[in-house]
Amino acid sequence: MEWPGLATAFWLQLVRDLRLAFRHIGQAANPLMFFVMVTTLFPLALSPAPEQLASIAPGVIWVSALLASLLAAESLFRQDVEDGTMEQLALSPQPLSILLLAKTTAHWLMTGLPLVIMAPIVGHALFLAPEAVPATMLALLLATPVLSLAGAVMAALTVGLRRGGGLLSLLILPIVMPVLIFGARATDLAVQGLDTAGVIYLLSAVLLLAVSLAPAGMAAAMRISLD
Amino acid sequence: MSESAARVLRADGLELWRGDRRLFTGVSFHLDDGELLHIVGPNGCGKTSLLRVLCGLTLPETGEVYWEGRKIRRARADFHASLCYLGHRESLKADLTAEENLHFQLGLRTWISEADVHGALERVGLTRQRTVPARSLSAGQKRRVSLAKALASGARLWVLDEPYTNLDVDGRALVDEMMGQHLEKGGLVLLVAHQSHGVHAGITRRLELG
Amino acid sequence: MFEFIHKMGSPPHFWRLSGALAPWLGWASLLLIVAGLIGGMVLAPEDYQQKDAFRIIYFHVPSAWLSMFAYVIMATAAAIGLVWRIKLAHSVAAACAPIGASFTFLALATGSIWGKPMWGTWWVWDARLTSELVLLFLYFGYMALRAAIDDETRADRASALLAIIGVINIPIIKYSVEWWNTLHQPATISKLGKPSMDSAMLMPLLIMWLGFTCYFVAVLLIRTRAEILARERNKKWLRDVLGSG
Repeated sequence: MEWPGLATAFWLQLVRDLRLAFRHIGQAANPLMFFVMVTTLFPLALSPAPEQLASIAPGVIWVSALLASLLAAESLFRQDVEDGTMEQLALSPQPLSILLLAKTTAHWLMTGLPLVIMAPIVGHALFLAPEAVPATMLALLLATPVLSLAGAVMAALTVGLRRGGGLLSLLILPIVMPVLIFGARATDLAVQGLDTAGVIYLLSAVLLLAVSLAPAGMAAAMRISLD
Repeated sequence: MSESAARVLRADGLELWRGDRRLFTGVSFHLDDGELLHIVGPNGCGKTSLLRVLCGLTLPETGEVYWEGRKIRRARADFHASLCYLGHRESLKADLTAEENLHFQLGLRTWISEADVHGALERVGLTRQRTVPARSLSAGQKRRVSLAKALASGARLWVLDEPYTNLDVDGRALVDEMMGQHLEKGGLVLLVAHQSHGVHAGITRRLELG
Repeated sequence: MFEFIHKMGSPPHFWRLSGALAPWLGWASLLLIVAGLIGGMVLAPEDYQQKDAFRIIYFHVPSAWLSMFAYVIMATAAAIGLVWRIKLAHSVAAACAPIGASFTFLALATGSIWGKPMWGTWWVWDARLTSELVLLFLYFGYMALRAAIDDETRADRASALLAIIGVINIPIIKYSVEWWNTLHQPATISKLGKPSMDSAMLMPLLIMWLGFTCYFVAVLLIRTRAEILARERNKKWLRDVLGSG
């Protein structure tokens, strides 16, 4: 038997998910709104003094990005499992890991990438030093896919469970803590005008590890959840 | 080995538990080209679960399923390339049109052209509805989209879970006709249905469960 | 190896073996812990800097060691259960989680009590304590996932996968936390790892460590037996064993 190759499968899945996301653009924008709103809470709760905000800006940006990705992970696979299309993916000749990786990629494009693009504006509002913005964006560009991938593995494990929401956060948070540490550090170093190359390499290593291991984890988790 | 290789699909001593309840045990059968197996039994006896085990979605407690002599766990991609499963859910994305749904699902398994998709939709009587989002189709029309998928999939083994549900008289006749032609072409059918089927082609057998 | 795993995987066999082994381990751990306590609390000399406050390491260090050891045991058992589909291994993993979480909590509590005389506050963001805290979250996640799934087989397999993901992540988490800590608190005093530890201090620590480990294994066996009781309640062999015993 012959069937289309991996690239075709990946592409078909990616296009389908993006098309679906664009038909419900409001839903896809929720994590971004959440990200922006959480960052606005800090000036309101602490003080609008520029120097105080500037000192907490790196932490605020990274914690908000992390929380936004948690929120986004919830909806990643739920609909597909509910309407039965996930079953069909699991029964196609294509490796489930590739299809889920494509889904996660589409999901990142809709929920992770906007955070990267929005970071300069949020940074500006928090009086983040302008010279730290490029490094923060680069670090977010490397870190948000890791957040999406880790979220996807855990979402696949918990999909279909009644207590899904809170449980999902409990599972994702400890796993992604290193990303938060490295990411916030990258911004911090850039604010101090120091070299960020080391942290960027660390983040790249984490991303490579996540890309190579997470798809297998997602597929295994999803097969367990569909059982 | 030669004997098991002769059987296209073979189930061997399947047993499945759900919590404390044993759904079935010792389910063994085989199915060859041009054969239909009609699985019957009372509600809750595990017919759908059996189909899921046979497709490889659910791991049985004990027992194995073989496709062309190989365990389906070991030959997953080959087996799934030959399989078309219609569950009791329609597995359609509500926001995509019938055409888009089919194009995606079939595109994962074969090189499919627009004309193939049109042809299959025409066969099930949905020519006019092909660009309507699946959410605005009726339950019966959705079922027809699934049937079109089986037609265009080119799969050897059809696994149909209650295919008659929601269909009118014409639709039920269409299912019978489709299954008959599939068997004549040497295909295999696993059917779960409460009512009796109207297939007169090929070899049809029954499996009582529970 | 494979045969050994399968023989151990049979619940009746395990039931007999663990029933015989658990009391011995229990008594051994009691003796060792009492000996270690006398050695550590009475015989060992006072620390030059920390005076008597250092004596809490006789609890803290074995707990911290077991908190990680239990996770590795849990993940290994879970992986065996997942790969070879051995239910007993899943029972061991399920039994292991609460014990590991308790030791993690104990390590955190003793670490925090130790911190009071050392740093003058109950909690500092020390690298070890922070890693222990994250480890506690990992245990909580594992137990919460198990609790959230009704179907036993699915709970076994899903939580096994989670334990494996966790064990891959622990080194990364530990490394990142230590890295983070050195950046923010370069002056942290290393509480352990002084190579020049007096042997009169070290011996009781080793005895305590052994005693704690025996205690852990004994409790793990007993808890696994309880898991087996719950899971195999409808099986004939269990009724025979309990009926005759």
